[in-house]
Amino acid sequence: MDFLRPQTWPEALARKAERPAAVPIAGGTDVMVEVNFDRRRPEALLDLTRIPELTGWERDERAIRIGANVTYTRVIEELGAELPGLAMASRTVGSPQIRNRGTIAGNLGAASPAGDAHPILLALGASVEAESVRGTRLIPAVEFYVGVKRHSLAPDELIRAVHVPLSPGPQQFSKIGTRNAMVIAVCSFALALDVPARRVGTGIGSAAPTPRRAVAAEDYVSGALPWESRDPIPDGVGARFGELVAQTASPIDDVRGSAAYRRHALAVLARRNLAWAWKEYQCA
Amino acid sequence: MRLKMTVNGESRDADGVWPGESLLYVLRERLGLPGSKNACEQGECGSCTVYLDGVAVCACLVAAGQAVDREVITVEGLADGDRLDPVQECFVQAGAVQCGFCTPGLIVATHDLIARNPSPSDEEIREALAGNLCRCTGYEKILDAVRAAARRKAAQT
Ligand SMILES: Cc1cc2nc3c(=O)[nH]c(=O)nc-3n(C[C@H](O)[C@H](O)[C@H](O)COP(=O)(O)OP(=O)(O)OC[C@H]3O[C@@H](n4cnc5c(N)ncnc54)[C@H](O)[C@@H]3O)c2cc1C
Ligand code: FES
Ligand code: FES
Repeated sequence: MDFLRPQTWPEALARKAERPAAVPIAGGTDVMVEVNFDRRRPEALLDLTRIPELTGWERDERAIRIGANVTYTRVIEELGAELPGLAMASRTVGSPQIRNRGTIAGNLGAASPAGDAHPILLALGASVEAESVRGTRLIPAVEFYVGVKRHSLAPDELIRAVHVPLSPGPQQFSKIGTRNAMVIAVCSFALALDVPARRVGTGIGSAAPTPRRAVAAEDYVSGALPWESRDPIPDGVGARFGELVAQTASPIDDVRGSAAYRRHALAVLARRNLAWAWKEYQCA
Repeated sequence: MRLKMTVNGESRDADGVWPGESLLYVLRERLGLPGSKNACEQGECGSCTVYLDGVAVCACLVAAGQAVDREVITVEGLADGDRLDPVQECFVQAGAVQCGFCTPGLIVATHDLIARNPSPSDEEIREALAGNLCRCTGYEKILDAVRAAARRKAAQT
């Protein structure tokens, strides 16, 4: 095994092009578990932590571009006000030690259906900035996840940043687990109200082979909410929204929970997240 | 590979390091610093917690090569010669140490907590130590130790 330590972004891209099988390592909170337990013996590790281009974030009017090495702790501390949903999701990840190392880009690279960043990235319509020596492209989050722990990066591509739209409206994220920390989600749900567009965005985690949006539920609830009057959510709308979200999932039975439980819990999470977000909108 | 890093204020070299090796392994097996414990090697127990450039991390999840030219502080680096750090003293005095396996990680995590937040609430303590497991004490004495260490810190400043 080799340990490659590029010092700049162009050098990292060149290395990845020469050695497509090299495994990128950022916080190492997924990669090192696999290496420690001999589940993975990559021919090379490509350490990205020395690359200055990846350590910052920047804002324009529409989005925040989060560099690939920005940790959960930094998202919580530096971006909590502007990206409340992503900060909520970040707070639920692992423990302080894990949040101090783990990155959103690493969550994307691992592409676990249970990754906690994914639902809100879907709900907000985020995109992944992928780059290789051939050039740069923006992959919408909905197209990024292609299967269980599989993503749509080409072998020579690296994640440079994640572009998260600044959405004017309340956001929520919830996850089900056995305790308040160190939990891989049994299932999870994120929701974002785009107030000017009168649209609700959603993301479901840990209840299908990939994280996914609940498009039918979004269409239904966006049309059913009293946006103008800011009245309470009409009777039955929350429950119907929850049902549609649950129908979009295709969960499995596993050690963390049964498919039936996941469906049930998702319907409850969806209804509650909607109620919390709507309350915030009413008070705003 | 041959690696150089600063550990507890001293420049240290490690030789013959396998590229997939963790910082924890290097500290314990190559640099003679067995304070950081190896219990799970998967980030779950916190017994390997060290500072890496001032940030509390699980040494088992840092590739040794990622620590090159960085500054590592382990539990061995907290005491001043024979004078224990106040956090260490409080753990001893509160009876927060039984088998002691979890202790080094909890000491570093507590040290980090009260450096950032000198008067943590009980909820904040639980949250800050959520990644450190103890199989002996039932945590009550650990909470006592952390509260005492925070009081001491607050009294100092
Ligand atoms: C104890 C513990 C608790 C955890 N709890 C949670 C949790 O609650 N929720 C959750 O979602 N996850 C959790 N995780 C998983 C992990 O922490 C996250 O997935 C984290 O986001 C990974 O980020 P990282 O920077 O550490 O990734 P790494 O381990 O460095 O990399 C992860 C994957 O992404 C690839 N990669 C990294 N950076 C790039 C890049 N720039 N371009 C292309 N590919 C890249 C790597 O090759 C690898 O395949 C936990 C892990 C541990 C050990
Ligand atoms: S040994 Fe590192 S967290 Fe358990
Ligand atoms: S004292 Fe034994 S594990 Fe904590």
